Amino acid sequence: MSTQSATARETTEGKVYTVTGGDWDEVVEAAAKADDERIVVNMGPQHPSTHGVLRLILEIEGETVTEARCGIGYLHTGIEKNLEYRTWTQGTTFVTRMDYLTSFFNETAYCLAVEKLLGIEDQVPDRATIIRVLLMELNRLSSHLVCIATGGMELGSTTIMIYGFRDREIILDLYELITGLRMNHAFIRPGGLAQDLPPGAVDQIREAVKKLRKNLPEYDKLATGNPIFKARMEGIGHLDLAGCMALGATGPILRSTGLPHDLRKTQPYCGYETYDFEVPTADTCDSYGRFLIRLEEMRQSLHIVEQCLDRLKPGPVMVADKKIAWPAQLALGPDGLGNSLDHIRKIMGTSMEALIHHFKLVTEGFRVPPGQAYTAVESPKGELGVHVVSDGGTRPYRVHFRDPSFTNLQAMAAMCEGGQVADVIVAVASIDPVMGGVDR
Amino acid sequence: MGLEEKLPSGFLLTTVEQAAGWVRKSSMFPATFGLACCAIEMMTTGAGRYDLARFGMEVFRGSPRQADLMIVAGRVSQKMAPVLRQVYDQMPNPKWVISMGVCASSGGMFNNYAIVQGVDHIVPVDIYLPGCPPRPEMLMDAILKLHEKVRTSKLGVNAEEAAREAEEAALKALPTIEMKGLLR
Amino acid sequence: MSDAKEPDPRSEPNPEKDLSASNLPGQRGDHGEEIRVQRGMFGANNGGDTSGYGGLVRPVRLPGPSSRPYGGWFDEVADELEGALEEQGLLPQNAIERTVVDRGELTFHIEREHLPRVARTLRDDPALRFELCTGVSGVHYPNDKGRELHAVYHLRSITHNRLIRLEVSTPDGDRRIPSLVSVYPTNDWHERETYDFFGIVFDGHPALTRIMMPDDWQGHPQRKDYSLGGIPVEYKGAQIPAPDQRRSYS
Repeated sequence: MSTQSATARETTEGKVYTVTGGDWDEVVEAAAKADDERIVVNMGPQHPSTHGVLRLILEIEGETVTEARCGIGYLHTGIEKNLEYRTWTQGTTFVTRMDYLTSFFNETAYCLAVEKLLGIEDQVPDRATIIRVLLMELNRLSSHLVCIATGGMELGSTTIMIYGFRDREIILDLYELITGLRMNHAFIRPGGLAQDLPPGAVDQIREAVKKLRKNLPEYDKLATGNPIFKARMEGIGHLDLAGCMALGATGPILRSTGLPHDLRKTQPYCGYETYDFEVPTADTCDSYGRFLIRLEEMRQSLHIVEQCLDRLKPGPVMVADKKIAWPAQLALGPDGLGNSLDHIRKIMGTSMEALIHHFKLVTEGFRVPPGQAYTAVESPKGELGVHVVSDGGTRPYRVHFRDPSFTNLQAMAAMCEGGQVADVIVAVASIDPVMGGVDR
Repeated sequence: MGLEEKLPSGFLLTTVEQAAGWVRKSSMFPATFGLACCAIEMMTTGAGRYDLARFGMEVFRGSPRQADLMIVAGRVSQKMAPVLRQVYDQMPNPKWVISMGVCASSGGMFNNYAIVQGVDHIVPVDIYLPGCPPRPEMLMDAILKLHEKVRTSKLGVNAEEAAREAEEAALKALPTIEMKGLLR
Repeated sequence: MSDAKEPDPRSEPNPEKDLSASNLPGQRGDHGEEIRVQRGMFGANNGGDTSGYGGLVRPVRLPGPSSRPYGGWFDEVADELEGALEEQGLLPQNAIERTVVDRGELTFHIEREHLPRVARTLRDDPALRFELCTGVSGVHYPNDKGRELHAVYHLRSITHNRLIRLEVSTPDGDRRIPSLVSVYPTNDWHERETYDFFGIVFDGHPALTRIMMPDDWQGHPQRKDYSLGGIPVEYKGAQIPAPDQRRSYS
């Protein structure tokens, strides 16, 4: 460090020192020249502290990050291309594997887009819509739980991770009961659902909600007031409203700036305008604010789940139009979920037309009038948009997912540059990117 | 018959091979190699309910140099393939690979330009685990089966002999395309 | 790229273009563009059509342009946009090729050279205020000659709670579209993605490189002329072709 003193001159009042802003710049410049501590660190694409196969290229000076860049694409799966070779209904099987932590949101967004193209939004039965909302809100819980769990683990707090996965199991048990699978469900289909809730599901969901209500305060006890946790999170990953708007960040990142933008409120879909819930915000613009928002959103989701359960009335879960609804009646067999044997016996034995119809719908699929549609849902990570183009055929012409993780991850550089290396982990964890969604 | 009868009590005899196998099996360090959906199930396996700690495997090593088991959990893209091979090369011998999920095993439903159609194109695989994603119980079953394989694996000259035999058997085996009959 | 031309946009007549030149955008007909021709009853891609309707030929067209009134707030947005463009000395009909209202969504088809100006107007005009761009989605229509590649932008206004779509097309021979990164920085990665998958070059993008595929990858995978790249799957004497090689219907 330079010990050069400020310039001085003698006046009648005595010695006057002139201190200007330029001094500090010179000092910094000299320091930067003096040492060669500028290193480029390559984190990932396989690193325990990054969410999935994310590659971070950090240029650091001592402990300070001067430049941060992301390398993505290590999980690019070509799902959007694959969709073009499958029927519209088969598409749900692919989209559910995009952001694998928010399966039901992907499926719903895609199905809403297909329904918009078909012009059957109003014909989707109420029960199907309510179950969609129910599953989405449960999914919001499980996604936020993984976010908090893995975020905690990356900070070195294994307890939070164990807690998060413990509670996620409660929700996964419900998924398994309802859809037959723990992940990657393909349960929501264009026109409705693959099948109805199984018997006893409502009671089990109520039971689970009760358990979760008991468990959620434990995160508060463990983390919210924890001084270490707060010290690691507060003021880290700062991104203000202008930054969010410019970078297109949505979801908890946007809400942590104090703007209560939530598509469930502003552009309601699936009847969200009729549910009673709040949009939590924070005004801290930092990781800690996002953590608090996620915690509160989980409580709100539980509230919505309860409202869904109260509203469930018996009825169909698929549109009445037999040219769209799959004729299959699904049942759980010894080898998993499949066509019900009774239904197959009926169409094979008694109705030739039903058999032909079944065959045509399954092998050929239904046609969707040409045009394009964009639907967006509020996924746990932000605005999940789906742009679907049809050429009038039985397969999608083009499906593009605007995944919130992809867009939000761009904010990584803005959040990390100028901070410490250790804070990069916190900032990335607060963005909660899921590489399946980023790379698709 | 020989030495065994003359030993004082409190001694247990075994071969070095068996001892090494038993020790290796009992302390496996998996590398964190989560790629996609399967990685979440892999983490779940390590967490509370399924508790991989029961098999002494809860410590996932961040560095491949400290790991001897690579669980390839998820789809391997063409861009990830060289990275995967590099991580595998960095692991010290002996090392094992579990290909978790259909995507890692055969490309699964993603039969397209982006995905490597089976991680066995890049690294030798010991256990293929089907499922999309496999349940944690299935992963544990695969791990236990691998333990058995590790426990009975050969050492030194015997290992070379076993490798030679395996290669000969593989060369003689009927290619799948020439197999006939029921698809099972 | 358009900046140099901007001083006098009125002097450029809207596409008075030589259709024989392959690198110029084509003109649009009265109806929506024809994107495909459906043949036969089921549109099977291989094998015969035994339905008796094998000779059936039907062109498939996208929804055509709409005329006023568009309904709801669509007219308001269109009026505001046209007014704002006129204030800047740009004839709206030069910038906006046509307006399509379909399935409750408003789409402006924009001339590519005027895209940045239109986007900036949409973002900055207080009556429009489309602050949030949700990225670019590329679409490849190989049969829409002279306008093969489309870039589709969805703009969201949080202030007015509205969503519109901008669509820009570019011929395959000259696949360039001005970048919107200077207006919406969020489009940085989205444009790189669209470049990676469709080969559309976004002029003025700060670092247009591949983002998803490896840097040395050949081709642009999501174009229609790029095959799916699947391999046949064989199992015990049976062989199943890749999804794009199977018999299929459209």
